Amino acid sequence: MKVWVFSEEHHGRPAASALELLAKAREYGEAVVFHVGAGSAEAFAELGAHGASEVHHLDPGDTLAAAPAAAALADLVGDAKAVLFGMGNLDRDVAGRLSARMNRPVASNALDVISEDEGQAVVTEILGGTLRVVKAITADDPAIVVVRSKAFTAEPTGGSAPTVVPVTMPDVGHSGAVQVLERHEEPSEGPDLEAAEIVVSGGRGLGDAERFKIVNELAELLGGAVGATRAVVDAGWVPYSLQVGQTGKTVKPKIYIAAGISGAMQHVVGMKDSSIIIAINKDPEAPIFGIADLGIVGDVHQVLPKLIDALRERGN
Amino acid sequence: MKIAVCAKQIPDPATPYELDPEHHWVVRPDDQVLDDTDRYGVEIALQLAEASEGSVTLFSMSPAGNLQGIRQALAMGADKAVIVSDPALKGSDALVTAKVLARAIEQEGFDLVIAGTESTDGSAGVLPQQLAELLGAPALTFAKAVEHDGDTIRIHRQTPDGYDEVEATLPAVLTVTAGVVEPRYPTFKGIMQAKQKPVEQLTAADLGFDAAEVGAAGSAQYVRSVTPVPARQAGEIVEDDGEAYRKILELLEQAKVV
Ligand SMILES: Cc1cc2nc3c(=O)[nH]c(=O)nc-3n(C[C@H](O)[C@H](O)[C@H](O)COP(=O)(O)OP(=O)(O)OC[C@H]3O[C@@H](n4cnc5c(N)ncnc54)[C@H](O)[C@@H]3O)c2cc1C
Ligand SMILES: Cc1cc2nc3c(=O)[nH]c(=O)nc-3n(C[C@H](O)[C@H](O)[C@H](O)COP(=O)(O)OP(=O)(O)OC[C@H]3O[C@@H](n4cnc5c(N)ncnc54)[C@H](O)[C@@H]3O)c2cc1C
Repeated sequence: MKVWVFSEEHHGRPAASALELLAKAREYGEAVVFHVGAGSAEAFAELGAHGASEVHHLDPGDTLAAAPAAAALADLVGDAKAVLFGMGNLDRDVAGRLSARMNRPVASNALDVISEDEGQAVVTEILGGTLRVVKAITADDPAIVVVRSKAFTAEPTGGSAPTVVPVTMPDVGHSGAVQVLERHEEPSEGPDLEAAEIVVSGGRGLGDAERFKIVNELAELLGGAVGATRAVVDAGWVPYSLQVGQTGKTVKPKIYIAAGISGAMQHVVGMKDSSIIIAINKDPEAPIFGIADLGIVGDVHQVLPKLIDALRERGN
Repeated sequence: MKIAVCAKQIPDPATPYELDPEHHWVVRPDDQVLDDTDRYGVEIALQLAEASEGSVTLFSMSPAGNLQGIRQALAMGADKAVIVSDPALKGSDALVTAKVLARAIEQEGFDLVIAGTESTDGSAGVLPQQLAELLGAPALTFAKAVEHDGDTIRIHRQTPDGYDEVEATLPAVLTVTAGVVEPRYPTFKGIMQAKQKPVEQLTAADLGFDAAEVGAAGSAQYVRSVTPVPARQAGEIVEDDGEAYRKILELLEQAKVV
């Protein structure tokens, strides 16, 4: 049985989600990738090493190719069991369009996909991970599923180079006419947020962009990565790449320090599976204390400087 | 510019929503509120309309209830609202919702459709893209900033490490993140005027849908089971007396990370 995985290229590599999804897709027998990007040899090799037998490659050039990609995929996925997408922006753009084009539902926020005699079911969690929901899909295959990050663990199989099949960009008229004029990147520093053993995250309680920097200072001392809430990302204090939560990254570090974070459901789903959670918040009623192993009721700007000084004294 | 804004009425998110035990659908009380996510879309719409002598019409699919959520968006300054409200729509998934909204929007006509990136209750996060495909329109998604120049809309599209400048021409669909603008608060005058603004209520049949095409009947997925997840145990909570940082240090030492 065949399962398709959507992959977008970033800096010459497939998105992390594509490699995670391949771990699941392989279970079905045949894993095939639809890859959008410039098409580096390294990206193809990595997809192959994670079990992709074929990579269908669409080079969008300077087009934001959601509509053309969906049209091309709709023509390709005929007898597949499922088409798996990550939570990336282009993933969601293509999944939504494919759904409307093929008149099939999208099952979103999936944490697992179960193959059943009649179609598929998708497992998800709602309300901050307090309820587990099983959604059954009654449409004909392929099932279109959008999967949360870290639902599956990427693992190379040592597979060989995949067959690369170029995809010509279909002409979809006006809906395909979206031009990318310029790309702006803010360089990120420090360890990778999703892989780090220690994550220090800050919320609105830090006060402002300037005072947020104490989070960076602590993370650096601990050799950890910096995370943030959406409130802080939306305020422009830090880039989106640092956002932890439902619409950001999922992290499962050994230590998660939540500073000035209320613990909204949408944040909690991205970090609740950390081994140890430490929270600092001046409001004793803050929901974050409900899941913290250690909760300090206090002012971040009192607690963190002392912690930083103590760590420095120890020569950290 | 003729602007259609998706405005979802949701149960007040201050408390977790409830699911009815039989079908596991969200229980929708009479006094639903405007999804906070859509206040950003309304604000951008008002700004674009002000700059182009345009109009702003809200589109919503939901039990009408007391229309509190819709009135909140009208009070911000939207001109009128179309709400599709019908018991036959219960259990609709995102694709069916997109089909219903698409038909209502097409009937009214549009240059630009604005939606949030994901709703607060359902959070499927794909409805605007489904809508764009159904409307045959390009989609400018995940906008952090929006500009327009005649028929061209240009956005800063959020990317993992920054943003892309992306543009398309009208008619188009636009989705906005919560960072895009600071939504205005309704003025007293706005709130008073909202009570007089036209709110058109439509049924599925008004839009030419058969009962079998919409609601649970028309949706090719359903929630089969809902079970509680064992909660994580809360640990030790201490009041900072100036020395609480030591507790953190001890825990870091125990975990052998320092
Ligand atoms: C569809 C949807 C998706 C979302 N996705 C995400 C997501 O992916 N990630 C995410 O994080 N959020 C997400 N959110 C937003 C989420 O609901 C919350 O709004 C957000 O997480 C709140 O961020 P915060 O904790 O920084 O801010 P707040 O909720 O404002 O909390 C700030 C906290 O700081 C405390 N505080 C203030 N001053 C101090 C001080 N001096 N010392 C100590 N504590 C202090 C306060 O007591 C408060 O608890 C999403 C929302 C929606 C609707
Ligand atoms: C816990 C839960 C999980 C669900 N999972 C799925 C799923 O995986 N797949 C699926 O297809 N459906 C799912 N649904 C059903 C889905 O939420 C509803 O069909 C809903 O009407 C539309 O989807 P959304 O709000 O999730 O859309 P999203 O794609 O999250 O919404 C994006 C934007 O579209 C606009 N919008 C969405 N709905 C409306 C509306 N009714 N009126 C006006 N504007 C609107 C808003 O601007 C919103 O910000 C789920 C519902 C629940 C409660």
